[in-house]
Amino acid sequence: MTSDTHLPDQEVTMTMDDAPAAGGAAPAAPAVFDLRSLEVYYGQFRAVRDVSMEINRQEITAFIGPSGCGKTTVLRSLNRMNDEVPSAKVGGLVLYHGADLYAPGVSVTEVRRRIGMVFQRPNPFPKSIYDNVAFGPRVNGIKSRSELDGIVEESLKGAALWDEVKDRLKSSALGMSGGQQQRLCIARAIAVKPDVILMDEPCSALDPIATARIEDLMQEIKSEYTIVIVTHNMQQAARVSDRVAFFTTEINPESDRRTGVMVEYDDTKKIFSNPSDERTEAYVTGRFG
Amino acid sequence: MSVTTTSHTPTLQERLRGKGGHADRSFRGVVYVSGFVVLAVLALIALTMFDKSRAALSHMGLDFFTSKRWNPPGEQYGVLSYIWGTVYTSVIALVLAVPVSLGIAIYITQVAPNWLRKVMTYVIDLLAVVPSVVFGLWGILVFAPHVLGFYKWLSRTFDGWPVLGNIFGPNPQGRTFFTAGIILAIMIIPIIVSISREVMETTPQTEKEAALGLGATKWEMITGAVLPHSRGGLVGAVMLGLGRAMGETIAVALVIGSATGQITLNALTSGNSMPAVITAEWGEADTLKKSALIAMAMTLFVMTIVVNMTATAVVNRSQKRMGVR
Ligand SMILES: Nc1ncnc2c1ncn2[C@@H]1O[C@H](COP(=O)(O)OP(=O)(O)OP(=O)(O)O)[C@@H](O)[C@H]1O
Ligand SMILES: [Mg+2]
Repeated sequence: MTSDTHLPDQEVTMTMDDAPAAGGAAPAAPAVFDLRSLEVYYGQFRAVRDVSMEINRQEITAFIGPSGCGKTTVLRSLNRMNDEVPSAKVGGLVLYHGADLYAPGVSVTEVRRRIGMVFQRPNPFPKSIYDNVAFGPRVNGIKSRSELDGIVEESLKGAALWDEVKDRLKSSALGMSGGQQQRLCIARAIAVKPDVILMDEPCSALDPIATARIEDLMQEIKSEYTIVIVTHNMQQAARVSDRVAFFTTEINPESDRRTGVMVEYDDTKKIFSNPSDERTEAYVTGRFG
Repeated sequence: MSVTTTSHTPTLQERLRGKGGHADRSFRGVVYVSGFVVLAVLALIALTMFDKSRAALSHMGLDFFTSKRWNPPGEQYGVLSYIWGTVYTSVIALVLAVPVSLGIAIYITQVAPNWLRKVMTYVIDLLAVVPSVVFGLWGILVFAPHVLGFYKWLSRTFDGWPVLGNIFGPNPQGRTFFTAGIILAIMIIPIIVSISREVMETTPQTEKEAALGLGATKWEMITGAVLPHSRGGLVGAVMLGLGRAMGETIAVALVIGSATGQITLNALTSGNSMPAVITAEWGEADTLKKSALIAMAMTLFVMTIVVNMTATAVVNRSQKRMGVR
């Protein structure tokens, strides 16, 4: 897979500006993502295969499943973050508002400006709180101080962090608590006004109170963003998501190879009350071996 | 029997004491002793130098540092022009070496494909241990004779420019401050690259991905995530290079042109530096001159210590400000 990181903006051939903006009415294409037989290899190892699903706009979609089944792998293929793993190869189709994310000539920076990411561990830059939030807008070419000030304030408010940090915007982000750092990372992600936010276990390093704040936050911002979240916390998936995809690992009895597959994808209520697959039921009821 | 008296069951409190306390203690002892030995040697060096340099310093007074007249037959020992030579050649070396080194380090760690990264790392680390006399000989045999044309071009091109016109002055020679600066730059580039590379490699993948995930290009990721993360270590790398440049003796002695009393911005003239003078003149020196040369060495010693302390302070401040420590 070739990465086009160096591609200047003018050479972008994909016309994602045709994609409906978040909030605009476009009933014809409710799906933000359309995955068709997605598979991801790390070298010779096929980590996941045969993932086909549609992810809807302004909904929260949760990926659940046991460790190693490929949730992170699928999530990272949605904004081409897997390009950063040299051995990774993506097969199948990932359509984003109908555009093929892996088509030749697609610029990964253009993709990632639209599809932001929040990581499992809070990873603020060793810079001030302000500079962390302003990083994205700056790389997107915003230089005006007053405009940046506005974006920083708005994003920090959006991430329910403004009141806690408004008096120390110039101090280091590394001096914040883990929960604050993670909300800062969310603020940093929404500062570029993405269309989609991918979250990989965003609360796994946080206490219940910080987790609750981030869950509230997701509910608040979901009217503007499409959110895909990976979580190991079943209650969290049940609380926050609209739809749930359950992944698991299949073992080929002949070759003894393990591969991640998506077992079931449905409304959250259905998955937790009346799943169609017995493996899903075993997992969500805690009887998973 | 006596066995029964000694074998009482240890209480929990005693067992919590654990084992390995002894090894810990002796290791700590070794560390303390080595630390003390280093400090003692340093103090001894400083004391001896101070003692031996007293004769020259009391003979010259402050003139030792503020005069540029170095005239051993007349018992005049002013080192200002040699201080200038050391500072100027080191600054030239840094100005040339730092951008190149950072560029190479960034290329190796962030851009180059895996196989090229390995090859380049190997070559650079090899260059870092080439003896300085090799660079000096190369400078005097190959570089200096052929560079005159280039110097003339520089001199002509920048004639009349505000600062560059002074730096690249008229009537250039082959063995000059600038030649020494270039040779020094070539010598310290592998050192700076080697350390910067290791520092940059410690940038966590998640921090780099955080930048990329915001739509940063590779270059923006480097300036936004890799460089801030490595800042302290990069300053350290540069300072190590500067230290080596300031103390370099033989390579500089061979190409700087050995001229006395030169304090000028014109980099295309001959001059001299403290370490070069010390080695060149030690052999035929009488007692007072030896004392003056030792005082010169002490001056250099103090200068390198000041540079290092400043660097440490800079690094600490930037790290504290960023909450790294
Ligand atoms: N960079 C990589 N190189 C090689 N193999 C990888 C890499 N990343 C993941 N894998 C493998 O791919 C499979 C899926 O990993 P992935 O991280 O997507 O699982 P996950 O469902 O996110 O697990 P967890 O819940 O523990 O985070 C695993 O077998 C893992 O070992
Ligand atoms: Mg994962």
